[in-house]
Amino acid sequence: MRRPSLGALGLASLPFAAMCFSVALWDRVQPMILGLPFNLFWLTLWIVLTPCCMWGVYRLESSRNRAPDHDP
Amino acid sequence: MTPAATALAVMAAIVAIGTAVGFLAGSRRRMDLEQWSVGGRGFGTVLVFLLMAGEVYTTFAFLGVSGWAYSRGGPALYALAYLTLAYVTAFFFLPQLWEVGRRHGMQTQPDFFSVVYRNPYLAGFVCVVGILAFVPYLQLQLAGIGIIVSVASFGHIGRITAMCVGTLLVVAFVFAHGVRAVAWVSVVKDFLMLFAAIVIGIGIPLAHFGGIGAMFAALAHAHPEHLVMPGATANLGHSWYISTVILTSCGFYMWPHAFGATFTAKSADTLRRNAVVLPIYSLTLALMFFAGFAVVLILPHFSDGDLGLLTVASRTFSPWFLGVIGGAGALTAMVPAAILLLTAATLFAKNLYRPLFAPGMSDDGVARLARAMVVVLGATSLGLAIHGGGTLVSLLLTGYAMVTQCFPGVVLGLYWRRVTGTAVFIGMAAGVLIAVLLMSTHRDPIAGLNAGFVALCVNFALTIAASLATRTDTAELLPGLT
Repeated sequence: MRRPSLGALGLASLPFAAMCFSVALWDRVQPMILGLPFNLFWLTLWIVLTPCCMWGVYRLESSRNRAPDHDP
Repeated sequence: MTPAATALAVMAAIVAIGTAVGFLAGSRRRMDLEQWSVGGRGFGTVLVFLLMAGEVYTTFAFLGVSGWAYSRGGPALYALAYLTLAYVTAFFFLPQLWEVGRRHGMQTQPDFFSVVYRNPYLAGFVCVVGILAFVPYLQLQLAGIGIIVSVASFGHIGRITAMCVGTLLVVAFVFAHGVRAVAWVSVVKDFLMLFAAIVIGIGIPLAHFGGIGAMFAALAHAHPEHLVMPGATANLGHSWYISTVILTSCGFYMWPHAFGATFTAKSADTLRRNAVVLPIYSLTLALMFFAGFAVVLILPHFSDGDLGLLTVASRTFSPWFLGVIGGAGALTAMVPAAILLLTAATLFAKNLYRPLFAPGMSDDGVARLARAMVVVLGATSLGLAIHGGGTLVSLLLTGYAMVTQCFPGVVLGLYWRRVTGTAVFIGMAAGVLIAVLLMSTHRDPIAGLNAGFVALCVNFALTIAASLATRTDTAELLPGLT
């Protein structure tokens, strides 16, 4: 199977970095934003940002898939 | 009408409509094995979206997440992260999996292992692991039906009666119509669930505190420690969070039913587009956090976390809406239960019994055996749900620790030519053994890490080491995978 491009993997690792590995940085109550504790706000924000990142990944990968050896 | 009668009538009507949709769907199609289990591989973006979303919005999301937000606090946030990141992970292997599946006519997860690794024993083992991991998952759904219906009926229907009726309905429509029935019932319950989740998540804080912001302000003042990790627990801190999110986001599509649903898609691109869009669906999960955290202030001394949300809902809303919650909640438990039963039965008949015990069995024979197994498995899991314990989330995490052990075999099988069946077998066996040992001796979390994650690391390491140690014959590699 052809491996995904580095750019796609890099873009896709953003949500992982933001929602998973950096937990110690954002797991706080203050400052409360839009009435939400900071950790809940941060995760909710990234639920919205993740599809944006993945849309970029989709664009990157589907332009690669239009290579001549693939079906149109 | 008394409040209980109103709630009951609304709830019964919703369950009846949902079930009727299940019976009507696909009743004009001839049900061969492929049609019954993967819908003839013809589902488009919308139906696959619904089928997959239907699997996300299970009792776990509805009661389990709010229950943990209430009883455990901060650690419950892992659910928001993992449901989102599961799709990110999926983007990179589901489309590839679908390609391989189409080329080789795969319907189930063990099919993948038997084609890629050409090892019937490995496929049989994957099958057994899948069915075992389903046990706590099914138990969760049926326990959920019991809780939802008994609270929503103001205690007029007992938990056990509710579980029995729910199981009976599920078994009946799965038995009759297979996967199409499930997809269309899922459509009905998704709309209802969304409606119920929005009203509950916004309505409860609004009715008791005047708004979501005011509720969080009150909670941050009274119990700020509850809102962050480890919350009300002793050992579910940041390392537990990271390890659990990794484990569960890798394991999400390792559930045999989610894996099988992949093959119902029309094209690989359908799956890519779904992986881009589906994370949005987890926004509704945030609503369950609003509700769960509100319950902390409303019911400060209440023993059963999973019951908290519904108890508050029954004091907040008018009876007809409680009936809507009850009906939607019951369908929300029944749809996944149906999918789990359907998958477990197909796995047993097609991937365990036929290859190992009755190689000459016809496809129709397999379909008949699978239907019989739906009944047997339904009855078994009902028995377990009646006698079982554990919070809904802990039941799910137990299943995840088991089922994620298939992950190395799938991902390495798709992307790494040197991996061998024997190595995958060794890694998986060690992973499952470690997970079961640690959890059954109550050593989860271990050293601050999720036990299933520790098992997964050992599994990966052993699979890679054993693959490098065993000789690889290029003829062993799947031609379509290169």
